[in-house]
Amino acid sequence: MKQLKALICSIALFAMFAGTTAQAKTEIQWWHAFGGRLGELLNEQVEKFNASQDKYTVVHTRKGNYSETLNAGIAAFRAGQHPNILMVFEVGTASLMAAKGAYVPMYQLMKDAGQRFNPKGFVSAVSGYYTTTDGKMLSMPYNSSTPVLWVNKDLMKKAGLDPEMDLSTWKKVGNALDAAKAKGIDMPFCTCWHSWVHLENFSAYHNIPFATKANGFAGLDTELAFNSPVHIKHIQTLGKWAQEGKFKYMGRRNEAGKNFRAGECMLMTESSAGYAGIKKQAKFEFGIRHLPYYGATAAPQNTIIGGSSLWALSGKSKEENKATAAFLAFLSGTDIQAKWHQDTGYLGVTTAAAKKTKSSGFYKSNPGTDLAGIQMMRNKVTQNSKGLRLGSFDQIRGIIDEEMEGVYSGKKTAQVALDSAVKRGNILLRRFERANK
Amino acid sequence: MEKRVFFKGWMLPAMLVAPQLIISFIFFFYPSGQAIWNSLFLPDPFGLKTEFVGLDNFRFLLSDPYYLASFKTTIFFSTAVSVSSMALGLYLAALADRLIKGAGVYQTLLIWPYAIAPAIAGVLWLFMFNGNIGLASYYLKALGYEWNHTLKGDQAMFLVILASSWGRISYNFLFFLAGLQAIPKSIIEAAAIDGASFWKRFGTIVIPLLSPITFFLLVVNIVYAFFDTFGVIHTITSGGPEQSTTILVYKVFSDGFVSQDLGSSAAQSVILLVLVGILTVIQFKYIERKVHY
Repeated sequence: MKQLKALICSIALFAMFAGTTAQAKTEIQWWHAFGGRLGELLNEQVEKFNASQDKYTVVHTRKGNYSETLNAGIAAFRAGQHPNILMVFEVGTASLMAAKGAYVPMYQLMKDAGQRFNPKGFVSAVSGYYTTTDGKMLSMPYNSSTPVLWVNKDLMKKAGLDPEMDLSTWKKVGNALDAAKAKGIDMPFCTCWHSWVHLENFSAYHNIPFATKANGFAGLDTELAFNSPVHIKHIQTLGKWAQEGKFKYMGRRNEAGKNFRAGECMLMTESSAGYAGIKKQAKFEFGIRHLPYYGATAAPQNTIIGGSSLWALSGKSKEENKATAAFLAFLSGTDIQAKWHQDTGYLGVTTAAAKKTKSSGFYKSNPGTDLAGIQMMRNKVTQNSKGLRLGSFDQIRGIIDEEMEGVYSGKKTAQVALDSAVKRGNILLRRFERANK
Repeated sequence: MEKRVFFKGWMLPAMLVAPQLIISFIFFFYPSGQAIWNSLFLPDPFGLKTEFVGLDNFRFLLSDPYYLASFKTTIFFSTAVSVSSMALGLYLAALADRLIKGAGVYQTLLIWPYAIAPAIAGVLWLFMFNGNIGLASYYLKALGYEWNHTLKGDQAMFLVILASSWGRISYNFLFFLAGLQAIPKSIIEAAAIDGASFWKRFGTIVIPLLSPITFFLLVVNIVYAFFDTFGVIHTITSGGPEQSTTILVYKVFSDGFVSQDLGSSAAQSVILLVLVGILTVIQFKYIERKVHY
């Protein structure tokens, strides 16, 4: 009995002390969209930060997919219950930028907290997405990737093709798909993120506008322009492949990744960040190639990023903002960034991390992992290849997905679908312009 | 002469009706008022600034062909769900009513699906028809039928109707069975002695006597199909492909909470409010007259 009493007393005492030490630390919240392997890696980063110092604690919470996370953040902001840091995917960038007062700009946050921070350390193709036209960085790039072509070499062999064959143009890809279909491969081609790969990146890659006003960078009065003959030709090709059973539609997001990892799909266009999952699960030999293009344009321009950046939301105490600044500065450190890049297939977003990865010989032992970086930075960026800055873009992507589903199911021609997507999207752009004047 | 109870003073009666009034105000009048008020504004997602736009949100909606198509989708969907689940419920109840042995087990088993929440039911059906791992889609493929509800609108519609009706059959079954058991056996026996066949008896005696229950179920099922099927649609199709399964209430959600267009979402709620009001009036004014209690 006495022993039990002593035990209870000591537990209570311990709990009291544990409580007081925890209170002394400043706790900040981070809402994000990563589960699975990426979630584990993210958790590792947070734990490393929490262990590296004793002033701040970061608590991270997964709020669902990218869209759900953004919506949870916005709803929480309206209710005054928002986190310190919100992960916002690139599509939501314009919406946040326009919501002045909802966030503390990155440069401001770092300055107020007296944190050393060098925005020039980021690769400009990435940071440009999150920087105002007068050079002020508003949010911190977290994960950035670009689409590449994934090859299941075992299926290529089964289709009687050379797994190292040239797949640089869509025409050559088409020939490979024909051969695969003839050999009875069930799913020669599949793709994730339809609008991002086949319209947004497609535009940048072929150096044609996705929207007017420099893809929205130059003003809110931008209009969509992805119904040009080149766009139509490509989407029509995808529709034809779908009708012929060479391309299987699995869903709007990255559902097709499952089929590729299971060894069912021969060629897949997906983010370079598919790497983490494919490396872990694929029981076949896989390869990474540059995104194909149409040979008619001399050489491809560059592709653009997808992924997310971290926004410091406003309305938090000075002490908490300091913690946020410290954590974000920690995340942009070279070691963290290099590890993230190598583990996930996301781009090394700081120049130092990219250099470190190169000198460690990682690219040599993991062939293909450097392609995404090369593809993004191979040319001087143009107005058409800097990125996109469009309001209500999550919704517009939804519209594009809907219309493309019409093409794949054979209900609409590419011309009709893209014209309709442009028309419907423009209405939303006007509504956004009006709400954010 | 009606019996009336009179209270002295007003305190006691006021206190007696207060709970009901307060609940109606908090859960009905206040939110409806908010919806009507918000439908006149165009706010930005974060609620930082807002602009009075009058009836522009309604104009915007009524010029959107997808919104108008959503009306048709809703009518088709709710009719299909109500009719199929009520017909099957009645059929099963008629069978159960004639059972002599094992009726208890049979009835209990039939009620089970009702205990499953719509969202869970949605996930269950989704698993069966999933393009990658679904058992049903696998067998359909073996039969030479290509199943892909992520791309084919009619298949998606079929699947959400199936998943929404499934749990509802139990509910309807329960009420129909109670209704059938309440019909005096003597009437049916008398008709049988007069030489009326089973179908004759079913058509001229059972159906009219069941009409109060049928009417009740019709109202409840339509309300269910309008509002409670949200979970099923959200888990199975998210309203796609090409908005072919976007019913009105799902559009309120997707425009308001996914697209953050709160003005448009509020305007849709107002339209929905009016629509349900009209439906209820029609049901009680015209259909109820044909019901014999």
